[in-house]
Order: sequence, then structure tokens, then C-alpha cells
Amino acid sequence: MAKITFDGVTKRYPDGFEAVKDMSLEVEDGEFMILVGPSGCGKSTALRMVAGLEDISDGELRIGDEVVNQKAPRDRDIAMVFQNYALYPHMTVRDNMGFALKLHGVDKGEINTRVEDAAKILDLTEHLDRKPANLSGGQRQRVAMGRAIVRDPSAYLMDEPLSNLDAKLRVQMRTEVSRIQNSTDTTTIYVTHDQTEAMTLGDRVAVMRAGVLQQVDTPMELYNRPKNLFVAGFIGSPAMNFMPATVEGDTVKLPMVDVRLPDDLRERVGAGGEGGSRELIAGIRPENFDDAALLGDDVQGRGATFRTKIDLTESMGSEIYAHFSVTSDKRIESDELRELAEDSGAGEVPGGGNEGHIVARLAAESQVKKGDEAEIFIDASHIQLFDPSDGSSLTA
Amino acid sequence: MLDSARDRVFWGIGILVVIFYALIPVLWIASLSVKPSDKLSDGKFFSGSPTFENYETIFNDDTFIAALVNSIGIAMIATLISIGLAAMAAYALARLDFAGKTVILSGALAVAMFPPISIVGSLFDMWRSIGLYDTWAGLIIPYMTFTLPLAIYTLSAFFREIPWELEQAAQVDGATPFQAFRKVIVPLAAPGVFTASILVFIFAWNDFIFANTLTSTDNARTVPAALAFFTGGSQFEQPIGAISAAAVVVTVPIIVMVLIFQRRIVAGLTAGAVKG
Repeated sequence: MAKITFDGVTKRYPDGFEAVKDMSLEVEDGEFMILVGPSGCGKSTALRMVAGLEDISDGELRIGDEVVNQKAPRDRDIAMVFQNYALYPHMTVRDNMGFALKLHGVDKGEINTRVEDAAKILDLTEHLDRKPANLSGGQRQRVAMGRAIVRDPSAYLMDEPLSNLDAKLRVQMRTEVSRIQNSTDTTTIYVTHDQTEAMTLGDRVAVMRAGVLQQVDTPMELYNRPKNLFVAGFIGSPAMNFMPATVEGDTVKLPMVDVRLPDDLRERVGAGGEGGSRELIAGIRPENFDDAALLGDDVQGRGATFRTKIDLTESMGSEIYAHFSVTSDKRIESDELRELAEDSGAGEVPGGGNEGHIVARLAAESQVKKGDEAEIFIDASHIQLFDPSDGSSLTA
Repeated sequence: MLDSARDRVFWGIGILVVIFYALIPVLWIASLSVKPSDKLSDGKFFSGSPTFENYETIFNDDTFIAALVNSIGIAMIATLISIGLAAMAAYALARLDFAGKTVILSGALAVAMFPPISIVGSLFDMWRSIGLYDTWAGLIIPYMTFTLPLAIYTLSAFFREIPWELEQAAQVDGATPFQAFRKVIVPLAAPGVFTASILVFIFAWNDFIFANTLTSTDNARTVPAALAFFTGGSQFEQPIGAISAAAVVVTVPIIVMVLIFQRRIVAGLTAGAVKG
């Protein structure tokens, strides 16, 4: 059990590239901390520095109260689960799981008990004498987990442990990981690029981009009050819709409709509002749209409605995703959004260009069909506004 | 690969031709070694009544026994030292990035390119002046030198195939770098180590040039060199039978070794280490 502290930790490679820049983060004792971000954002490097597999160029890393910058991995009392499991192929499951204990000179009887206990938890008892080559992907993953559990270390480090599993198994193992962490109550740092894992597993989530920590918060805070465009776009699926907007007085002019801002939002946007107008980027989550036909007048008072032609609908059973386009004479320019787009493989900046593509999540009862002209409602109280110059949120 | 009958026939015939071509001299030597001396030149493969008198002759010959002991000892020690050093060098070359890595690799290659004959002359002089002439060490050192590059290249290729993360996993599990090497890397590299060992051992076992030049007595003379000094009982007697028997005796260990190690060179030993 230990607290892990990053104090201005930096990783600089000999060619000058900084994978992790001046990272400061405190992971509390027993906390489940998720490091999330697109590939290449430095999250794995940060984890490997905790493990001692990467040198720390600058700053201080503490496990408990001890500075561990110069300590070898074996002296840090941490267990790590690797992305591709890194099981020892020449050892049986039992030996794989007991290897660390054996190295620490624990006696054989004790090793056996602990391995068998862990095997019971992970449902591996009947596979203990098999080699990793004869196990399925999910079983190998569980052995990798077991190798960490038997040691009862002061912290678990997990490097995308579920990314090699198929979708169904991943969901199953996700609950397993959560259960194990809960029952052992051991400090855990978990690296992933999957935001579902980030949202569901973590006590707190740290979002990273290009080596810089963007925001550390509980999943709900990240979702509801992202500090900048990057966090807003990264967390949530389908992603938040971004569009150019102009604030004039108490109204925000979106490409499709003018919306009156609720008082609290207007106050926070505040500056620049002195009679003049201000160019911003507006972000609206898909669920903050709805089919106006299904809503009563009282609800509609909280926002605005507009008519648009629906390009496409995707019915998920419990909800419907409606896609439509908006045109605007302005463009969004933002490095953060460009990076998000590249990471998702879309290659196109959402809301870039003159035509924006919007996804709305409508209630399942909605009768909206592809090609229809529909009336869509925007909930004004959930509009997020961002400063286009640095991407910071004005509404968080 | 053997998908059609025509392919099967083609490869079958090809393999038979190669086996025949390669084994005929060996069979001929084997047949000579069991012939009585009066039938040595009868030109027949089987001349009836095989005899082991040639084997008795050589095993009663102190020179041959001494040579056999020298051969086994020198080849084994040279193999052990060479593989030990090469394993460490190859591990470093495969795992670490350090200045001069390419220089070391090309240097190793350059050593392997020297024809042994080009240095035996000077070695002869050097060994005589520093007292290594006609000793085991005097042969072990050049064997080691000439096999190291080959062993380093073979082993570093094998080491590179082992997932890097296994070693990191071992380190996180609490292993020192040396424990990680010995308990995780070495067992996985075993097929590579056996392959390299066979190659090194065969080089040392088969060598004639160094053995012939750098030895003078039973002290360190190995079997290939000793065979050249075989003489018959009288000056009119051809020692062909004895030479053949000795040749068989030195060939058998190599064959046995290859057969044993072949089973150890198990492909797929690393399967299952990572997702696959």
C-alpha cells in the first residue's frame, strides 16, 4: 500500500524529444488511477517510469515517502501487467505466478498456497500445470493478472492489459479487474487508450496529450466539465460536436440556430461580452440534442429548436443516433481537435471546413427517418464554450 | 509444400540422390574399418566376415587414446568458453545500444574472415616463445578465437527473437539483471545456444591445421592430427584399416551429438510468450 507521487517528472530522450513533460500527479493510497490519451501521448512512458523500466530525466518520483528515481525495478515493490502479458513461455502457469515469490526467497509451501489462492480468484486452478502456449488469450491475460496478485505489492501497474482481448472478453475482464482492485484495495495505475475503460474503472482519470497532463478528475467531472477542447473531444462516445459560435450579449449564435444562454453560463463567458461579440468554439454532446416532437413546451423553454435534414440515422435499440450537417461561414482552427481527429482515424477535423457534421442522440421513440426534415432541440444549459486561441474551456 | 504427387516424386528423388552422394564415402570408410587387412583392396563393399581387429588395434594404441582424450577435452573446453563469452557478448549486442556496437560486430566478422593458415606460422613462433606450444591451451585459444564470431552472430540473432518484455517482466518480478538473464533468457535461448554449441564443437573437433602445427606429442595432439601420424606395423603394411576405424571413431560422436541436440532445437519454444 502506498501513495505514488510524480513531482515534475520529465522523460527526455537523447534526441531531445520529451515524451513526458513536467508531470505532477498524486495517486492516493488505494486509488485506481487511469492514465488515458491517444497513442504516443506519453502515458505508457509515465507508467514505465514508475516501474523503473525507463529512466527519469528530471523531477522526482516517490512511492510512499521514498524517492525511487534511482531504484531498480526489483526494489520498488510494484507488480506490472504488460500489454502482451510477457508470460515466461518455458514455465507452467504455477511457476509463472510463483516466479516473483521464488526470487524473493519465499518458501515453497507458502508460494503454493498463495498461487493456488490467486488461481482460485482467477478461475485458473485447473490450468496451473499448463504452459502459456496452451492457454487461450483470456486465460493468458488472467495468468498475467495472477502474477501481479500473488505478490501483494504496494502498487499494480497495468499497461493496456485488456487491449489484446476481443470485445466480449474485454468487458468481462474489465469487471474482473475492477473487482480485484476493489478487494485488494491496492494503489493501481492503469494505462489505456480506451475511454470506456477509463470512465468505468477509475476513481480518477488523468488525461494526457503530447506528454502533458491535461486534466485529472473523476470520470463524471471530466465528462461534464472538461477543462479544454482536447479533454472534451476525447472523453465521450460518440464524441462531442464542435462548431464555431459567436457570443453576442446573452445569445450564442450557432451555425444552425441562436440560443439564449442561461445566466450562469453567460456570467462565466463574461469577458468580451461588453456589448461586443466574441468568436468561440461551442461543444455540444450528442445527448444534449433531442427530437423536439417528443418534448413538452416547458422543456423546450430551456433551449432552442431548429429544423434540419437528417442525413443518416443509426438505431441502437435504446437510442437513435441522428447525423446531420450544418454549414457556417467560419472555420474552427485548433491543434487539439486536429490531433483528436488524427487519433480517431477520421483524418478530418470535426467542424473544420465550412460544413460541420453533427451527431445527435435521440430517444428511441423518435420517429425521425433518414432524409426527413426534423425539428431538433438543443439544451442550452449543457452547451460548452471554448476559447479558440488556446482551447481552454470558458464554461468548466 | 508437398502438395502434388509430382512434387513429392521430384523431392523424393532429389533427397535420395543427395543422401546417397553424401553417405557413400562414410559407408566406404565404415566398410573398410571392418575388413580384415588382407581384403582391404578387394574393391568390394561387403567382403564377408567383418572383423573388429582394426578397432582393437587403435584402442590398444596409446597414441590414439591420448589423441581421443585431447580431442574431447580441447573441443569441449573451447566450446564452453566460446559459448559462454559469446552468449554475454551477443546478449549485450542484442539488447543494448552503445557506442561502437557496429565496430564490434564488423570486427567480429573480420576475425572470422582470416584464413587460419595465414596465422598458424606466427602462432607457432609465439606459442613456442611463451610456452603454449603443444599444450591444450595452445589449441583452445585459437579455436575459441575463430569460433567466437560465428557464435556471437548466431546467438545474437536468437536473442533478438526473445521478447524484450519478458526480461522487463522478470526485473519487475524482482530479478537482478543476471537472474533475468539466467532464469528467463537462457532457457528461451537454449535452442540457439545448442545450435551455436554444435557449430563451435564441430569446428574444434574437425580442425587439422592448428592441431597439426601447434602440437608435437601426445600431450595435446588431437585425433585429426594423430591420424596423419598413423603408421602400419611394418613399413610394408598399409595402416588403411586402422585409419578407417579411427575415422569412424571420430565421426560417431559428431553424429550422436547432432542427433541429440536436434531434438533440443525445438521450434516454437517461445510460442505463447506474447499474444499470438
